[in-house]
Amino acid sequence: MDYLAEITMSILQKQKSRDPRLGYAKDFIPIVERILPRCVEKNIRIIANAGGVNPQACAEAVRAVAEKLGLSSRIKVGIVSGDDISGRLDDFLSRGVTLENMETREPLQAVRGRVQSANVYFGAWPIVEALKKGANVIVTGRCTDTGLSLAPMAFEFGWEEEDWHRLAAGTVAGHTVECGAQSTGGNSLVNWKRVPGLANIGYPIIEAFEDGTFVITKHKGTGGRVDVPTVKEQLVYEMGDPRSYITPDCIADFTTIQLRQEGKDRVRFSGIRGRPATPFYKVSISYSSGWKAVGTLVYGWPEAYEKAKAADKVVRDRLRSMGLKFEEVLTEFVGVDACHGPLSSEPPPDIAEVQFRIGVRSQIKDDVERFTREIVPLVLNGPPTVTGFAGGRPKVEEIVAYWPGLILKSEVVPVIEVL
Amino acid sequence: MKVQLLQLAHARSGDKGDTANIGLIALELAYYPTLVKEVTAARVKKHFRGICKGPVERFEIPNLGALNFLLHESLGGGGTVSLKTDAQGKTYSTALLRMVIEVPPALFRKKSGGIAGRRR
Repeated sequence: MDYLAEITMSILQKQKSRDPRLGYAKDFIPIVERILPRCVEKNIRIIANAGGVNPQACAEAVRAVAEKLGLSSRIKVGIVSGDDISGRLDDFLSRGVTLENMETREPLQAVRGRVQSANVYFGAWPIVEALKKGANVIVTGRCTDTGLSLAPMAFEFGWEEEDWHRLAAGTVAGHTVECGAQSTGGNSLVNWKRVPGLANIGYPIIEAFEDGTFVITKHKGTGGRVDVPTVKEQLVYEMGDPRSYITPDCIADFTTIQLRQEGKDRVRFSGIRGRPATPFYKVSISYSSGWKAVGTLVYGWPEAYEKAKAADKVVRDRLRSMGLKFEEVLTEFVGVDACHGPLSSEPPPDIAEVQFRIGVRSQIKDDVERFTREIVPLVLNGPPTVTGFAGGRPKVEEIVAYWPGLILKSEVVPVIEVL
Repeated sequence: MKVQLLQLAHARSGDKGDTANIGLIALELAYYPTLVKEVTAARVKKHFRGICKGPVERFEIPNLGALNFLLHESLGGGGTVSLKTDAQGKTYSTALLRMVIEVPPALFRKKSGGIAGRRR
């Protein structure tokens, strides 16, 4: 199970700083409580990166649940940690490990004082280690979502650390199932109206084989659809260079994947080739980067779009006259251009309503605060037939930006424990 | 003849930081060579003017009948920095399908009906 989006670690880090018993994905615990009896009975192991920035506390919470269910003698909880490098950044920087931004090439020093969390992405092997030690519930800190799927295959089939083709196959399998039901008919464009039973959509299942081939399917009696076009959409999702899908475990080549429909809701994958892993772990660092707020109002027919545009001018004129400093002021008209911007077609002249949406971003919190007081008054002081202000003043949000970097694998050692 | 990509391909898009990716997949493998020829990186860059502020990269995935595009500097800073409704570029897939390209008439006989009416 995958719990960690890129921004999650900084949220969890804040929770942990307020209470040292927190900092993991709390949603995981009630799920464990629900499924643990059946998992123990059927000898099903659970692997999740729910540990966040505090895998130990998460493991203790799992143990407490097992205790409550009377199952504590039958489970071993594995912990994978060591990914949290937030306490070691100054040591790295002083030794010339610059952790430069992979996209902008800036050295980390530029934002060092504002860092909120820093974690490396581990792959499958620390989880394999925990499986070998007999753990049947494994919680990890930051690790790749593909590693969560690859680990049980590598463990079960005894794959080696240099089995590049099979590791690549397991990685492709992990990529295919990593986004909820996106490979079983969710968010699928082809024939979307004919995807059956979205309210009870089945999540993807990997049926893996020792030779590195596998089948993607879903449970009988669930909604959704598993066919070649649906699976292709998920394969290209969040893809970079398809020849080089880089993980800590290997480099998978997506141009070698062969797909075949081998029955209803069954797609077989074969032919997958891989190359040796790089000597680096990816590092995910979050840092505070200013403030933002977004306000919205809805204008009704007639001339809804004209009114929304007039409102935008009023707000911008006022922001300018107050001399506020913003890095960006962005206006969108929902119903007209919010998704496709300048590519959108001309709106119909009798459009029923348009939502005016304006956002600002600044390093100065007070300026963003001042902006949030400019939206609601427009209902009385601006263009007519406007509503949708019930939420009141927009919220000021801290921007937590993301800094991707690389670090040599030799610098960071995964820690595997079993409770 | 001129045909909108919506009739020839499907797509999914997503984000990595301030870069959007769009995977464009031929509805029929027979359409793939035409997509390769017509939907170039330069053409996509021009199509997304006003949205894409950086370069466009294109990768071919012939085994899937697909092209992958990386549109750099296209998400208003990306992630939590962006002020956009679509900060993850989730709808850029269909923004690309708005493009109209030149197709050999023999290849396209309106049989597919595009993503909505594809024969099963």
